[in-house]
Amino acid sequence: MTGGVLGAPAAVEARGWGWRHASRRAWALTGVEFRIEPGERVLLLGASGAGKSTLLQGLAGVLGGDDEGESVGELLLDGTPATASRGRAGLVLQDPDSQVILARVGDDVAFGCENLGVARPEIWSRVRAALDAVGLDVPLDRPTKALSGGQKQRLALAGALAMRPGLLLLDEPTANLDPDGVVEVREAVGRVLDLTGATLVVVEHRVDVWLPLVDRVIVLGPAGVLADGAPDDVLGDRAGAGRTRLAEAGVWVPGIPPASPPPPARVPGETLLRAHDLAVERVRGVPVADGIDLTVAAGEALAVVGPNGAGKSTLGLTIAGLLPPAAGELRASDALADGVGPSPVRWRSRELLTRIGTVFQDPEHQLLAGTVREELEVGPRALGLDAAVTASRVDELLERLRLAPLARANPYTLSGGEKRRLTVAAALATAPRVLVLDEPTFGQDARTWAELVALLARLRDDGAAIVTITHDEAVVAALHARRFALPGREAGS
Amino acid sequence: MTLFDARARTGAVAAINPVAKLAASALIAVPLILTLDVVSAAVALLLECVLFLFAGLGWREFWLRTWPVWLAAPLTAVTIALYGETSGEVYAEWFVVRISEGSLMLAGATFVRVLAIALPSVVLFVTVDPTDLADGLAQIVRLPARFVLGALAGMRMVGLFLDDWRALELARRARGVADRGRLRRFAGMAFALLVLSIRRGAKLATAMEARGFGAPGARTWARESRFGRREWVLIAVGAAISAIAIGAAVLAGTWNFILGPS
Repeated sequence: MTGGVLGAPAAVEARGWGWRHASRRAWALTGVEFRIEPGERVLLLGASGAGKSTLLQGLAGVLGGDDEGESVGELLLDGTPATASRGRAGLVLQDPDSQVILARVGDDVAFGCENLGVARPEIWSRVRAALDAVGLDVPLDRPTKALSGGQKQRLALAGALAMRPGLLLLDEPTANLDPDGVVEVREAVGRVLDLTGATLVVVEHRVDVWLPLVDRVIVLGPAGVLADGAPDDVLGDRAGAGRTRLAEAGVWVPGIPPASPPPPARVPGETLLRAHDLAVERVRGVPVADGIDLTVAAGEALAVVGPNGAGKSTLGLTIAGLLPPAAGELRASDALADGVGPSPVRWRSRELLTRIGTVFQDPEHQLLAGTVREELEVGPRALGLDAAVTASRVDELLERLRLAPLARANPYTLSGGEKRRLTVAAALATAPRVLVLDEPTFGQDARTWAELVALLARLRDDGAAIVTITHDEAVVAALHARRFALPGREAGS
Repeated sequence: MTLFDARARTGAVAAINPVAKLAASALIAVPLILTLDVVSAAVALLLECVLFLFAGLGWREFWLRTWPVWLAAPLTAVTIALYGETSGEVYAEWFVVRISEGSLMLAGATFVRVLAIALPSVVLFVTVDPTDLADGLAQIVRLPARFVLGALAGMRMVGLFLDDWRALELARRARGVADRGRLRRFAGMAFALLVLSIRRGAKLATAMEARGFGAPGARTWARESRFGRREWVLIAVGAAISAIAIGAAVLAGTWNFILGPS
């Protein structure tokens, strides 16, 4: 049928498959062995660096040729090598921004069909059917950059769907979304699967999001498949010790929440920052939130919550003394200012270091040095601390944040969790009295999550003020944080 | 979306295929680049003014879009007046500056020329949507799809680069290194931006490949790029402006071909 979204469900088979990136010595995966029947829905798990994304890209046939890396064994879709099966698999990636291809919604969905040589009239009927299936009810000429994160992910799903794939591959499709976006995307995927019967392989740390949808779980380990079976057998009570092992490897196993730190040891201390009728903006003349009244106190965690686009990050950067307020005021108490004036945005860059530290959402924005050790020395050096003090501080942080074995590694080569720990450590190196963090737990596995939360709780109890911007209700609860909700604006205004 | 990120417009020129706009701008610009006289440029500029009336651009927007041209033209002219080739009577002289009859003539010609070349290009391209241009270049000029679509998708990333740049700037302030060493910091940020953009590019390439980009077999086009009478009319107008301008210059005896004998 022309307007439908049907492609015959695909069978997937891995026979002793493995892959090594051209620039690495170690194999990303080896000895992967499984068979997925047409129409099965599989959740693919594994610790950070287990090669889950690599496997998905292999199945999508986009790993590249011999100059990209080396492979062994076979990866088959319906008995044909995955690399020769373009269009049989549709892939949706984690980052909403880097998979929007064209400027208008309709064109973006049509892109895959064009590449596969579908005739023009059929392209547009497929585009409409795909947008219907994912529930993205916007005009075809809507600019893609005007979409929210959840909408962008559904757009990517529609783009994959319009190719009528027999296999849907989702690589952490909800890791960057707020809770509403997560539900939006999960429901769209469910609808699409019910409609097409396509085979599904989804990678995601947050198991609970996808458990209602999948009927099989495969766990990847260093030497191939660690566990494979029905969700209850792999993750449920029947799994026994395997369950704990998975949790220790960083998988969010339902029923085994990561350890939470104890509640605050003391009541909050003096107020360090006070916002009164504050409006914040990133671009001059375009305020994104206003009328904000809040206080930041020593020994207390403050969680700034609210939907995507509510202005949380902009508020965080303003509190951090990096952006000037659009209106109203942000005042530092005398105790925090310590003689450099009440307005943080007027402080010199060096004066911020001991007063307010910031951990950005994207670690790569704040990496400055060639090695992990030098990265940690940046702040102390800017303060003019002597070499011995610097070295002892850096050594202590390297140990505390499990970075010591990586001291000489290039920060850019670290994994996502390691980069996050590094940027937190770099902010702590100058012992700021206020620490502002933007989505510190985004996309982190359970182990890194628990470490970060424990670290922040300890800082809080040592008398620092923690301001964290977060979608993650578990973080708010674990830190016993005071909530500050930004309401967000009406869509389209 | 257009190249200048404004709303789609409805003037007679706005709906014309971007390839025709490209061709018309080139037809006007190339002969003017090849001569250095005031008559051809002035005639061309006069005729272009008629074209602008149909471009579907309000006055406010016209000035908003073209002000850099109005700034660049006199600056170029002043430079040439001060340092241009000396001939005829010398009016003033100071160090390497020498204002002469010849350099003033040249300055006037350059002023008009910059306007005559730049204004039609800006005005025609204000209404160009990059997607339409890519469609035209691939379907009508038959440039390779890989190249055209790669460039189109890459262009969408420019907005992300601006966001990245701002974040890099703020992050350096947060790390305590923004008080001095401006030049070094700029170089560091430029390098960081390069790394970030290569990563984004690689991710985008994966996303495009996953959607069958570069797959063997013929590609189809969801949007047909039409090239009909309107397009030929615009090209003819461009050619006519060019021909009349050159004709006038030759008749007036001012035609001055830069590649020919002087």
